Amino acid sequence: MNIRPDPTFHATAQLAMQAPIENFGFTIMLSPDGSQPDGIAVVDLNQESKTYGQIVHQVIVENLGDEFHHFGWNACSSSLSPLSGHAFLERRYLIVPGIRSSRIYVIDVQDPLKAKVHKTIEPEEVFTKTGYSRPHTIHCGPEGIYVSTLGGGGEDGTDGPPGIFIMDCESFEIIGRYEMDRGSQDKHYDFWWNLPQDYMVSSEWGLPPQYEGGIVAEDLLSNKYGHSIHFWDLRKRKNIQTIDLGENHQMALEIRPAHDPKKSYGFCGVVVDTTNLQGAIFTWWRDDDGVWQAKKTITIDPQPADPDDLPELLKGFSAVPPLVTDIDLSLDDRFLYVACWGTGEMHQYDVTDPMNPVLSGKVELGGIVKDTKHPNGKDFAYGPQMLEISRDAKRVYWTNSLYSTWDDQFYPNDEGGQMVMARVGENGGLEIDKDFYVDFPKGYRSHQIRLEGGDCSTDSFCYPNV
Amino acid sequence: MSDPMSVTVLWWAVIVSGIYHGINPGMGWPLAVSAALMQDRRRGLIEALGMLGLGHLLAMLAILLPFSLMRILFLWEKEIRIGAGCLVILVGVYLLINRKHPKFLARVHPAKLTLWSFLAAMAHGAGLMLVPIYLGICSIDANDTGHLAAQSLMRGNIVNALKVAMVHTLAMTVAGGIIATVIYFWLGLKFIGKTWFNLDIVWALSLVIVGVVGIQTAGMTH
Repeated sequence: MNIRPDPTFHATAQLAMQAPIENFGFTIMLSPDGSQPDGIAVVDLNQESKTYGQIVHQVIVENLGDEFHHFGWNACSSSLSPLSGHAFLERRYLIVPGIRSSRIYVIDVQDPLKAKVHKTIEPEEVFTKTGYSRPHTIHCGPEGIYVSTLGGGGEDGTDGPPGIFIMDCESFEIIGRYEMDRGSQDKHYDFWWNLPQDYMVSSEWGLPPQYEGGIVAEDLLSNKYGHSIHFWDLRKRKNIQTIDLGENHQMALEIRPAHDPKKSYGFCGVVVDTTNLQGAIFTWWRDDDGVWQAKKTITIDPQPADPDDLPELLKGFSAVPPLVTDIDLSLDDRFLYVACWGTGEMHQYDVTDPMNPVLSGKVELGGIVKDTKHPNGKDFAYGPQMLEISRDAKRVYWTNSLYSTWDDQFYPNDEGGQMVMARVGENGGLEIDKDFYVDFPKGYRSHQIRLEGGDCSTDSFCYPNV
Repeated sequence: MSDPMSVTVLWWAVIVSGIYHGINPGMGWPLAVSAALMQDRRRGLIEALGMLGLGHLLAMLAILLPFSLMRILFLWEKEIRIGAGCLVILVGVYLLINRKHPKFLARVHPAKLTLWSFLAAMAHGAGLMLVPIYLGICSIDANDTGHLAAQSLMRGNIVNALKVAMVHTLAMTVAGGIIATVIYFWLGLKFIGKTWFNLDIVWALSLVIVGVVGIQTAGMTH
């Protein structure tokens, strides 16, 4: 407990943008075959430092096969609302779930160079107290730490629907399920919210048998992955509306609400449209009657390719789909970044008008067919995937692995983990920084990135911009 | 005979405790700033302060009125005051030991500020802090008027409870309102983090001190 609110808590997104910039990044280290324990790499991001751009510390856990994926903070700017009573929490612990093992690690990063495991929550506790499995997205909010899961109960995670559970933000005890009325929600992936407006939005990937062993082509072609987004009364814990984006819009993943809580809109990325292999972004918003709406506002076309250059899965299509697998919105709600993992591109859209996004920047790196080299001449495995934007919106970091078994299907001849960075121009545009290139230790791939002091996909703000 | 000094001191205690509650961000003034900004109108600030004040007032009355009824047993006045003092000390000690925040407060819809303010005040024992002060005021009043009929004594006690709750809430609302206004119009939201201090321990100790003083002064009456 602090005497004053943590200096990394900000009342508004604007104030967070003006705060000191990040000195460290925390990035997932994933052993794809489970032969080594997973971990968190601490990357030096201080440009004045001698070890800038290097992994300066690793937290390697004790177990094998956890499969680290997404993670988040124990506390963020959401603590600055008197409503929650958490104003004096420290932003100190990273909550890191294993999506294969269902084990959860609480990692103390108070001193990033000495970061260490603080507590381990065994899978049995997750199963017994929640009936869910395969924890995924972490957000800190009014009732503690919210954790989305991808699986229900049982060996293969299909006994009952997956959902969200809540953890105590001080003791890290699992409290129990979040949902009181889930409506038609039967799959899960990401979720985020608008705290003053008291709504939450959640999305759908697929059930564990649909992803753990690799993408199931028959399920994809018969549109059996998730394609709906759900709107919730956050504090009543009730699903108030479900919007089906259309069954061809397979895998509705990242939910990115506008950071300014006065705005009632956000975005959701769709991996692939099975009718034409396009990637898509939907804008969702609440209309004047209080009803939620969603409209496709960005489409990204597949690129024709010689079947010889394509993996088995794609040969029949003679084209490489963009595979929109991550999106992220800058804190000023101005630029939406879209990772096209298949084609090997990172797009930047000006979403000042959220209904009419305009492509304002693009860089190429990796990719199934193009396999573009990094400007420093080195190889970039796979394509741009998990991305994170600095609070001041000037730097965009990203890594390259999507998910162990899927990497191997889409990029059968690739291996490796890299983290790179691009700089954002004054009025948009993107340029890859030639000098920032983190190569991960042999045998490790990389996934989500968290920035010291919060970033564009962790912090929720309780006060509107002025 | 009453000592005019002690009456003045007790009423100041009512006002000071109100200011103390009011300036604590945890009692809600940042919500007034947020409401005005979310609604894009200044009136939102006043309306939110009004709702927070109403909730606080109801929480004060919910605690004080039962004590005003209890005072019908004026023969046991001393025992009641000592009992009330002990209760306040107990709550203070409980809050010192149990440092966790009441989770149910986070379930209240952000727009239901009256309900939230009522529950927050109840959960933190804000009304209890006033009980020893209130009983002191009633006691002096009763000495002043001599042993009147129980009915009029009762009426006096209820009027005193209303007066104490209202003066306290007014002081709280004015104090919180001034800070909210200054931040809304001039200083900006950056100061929300800067004006917030963890008063959990101070708060719990205040309850203990008020309880001890209440018992001591009860012992001094005849």
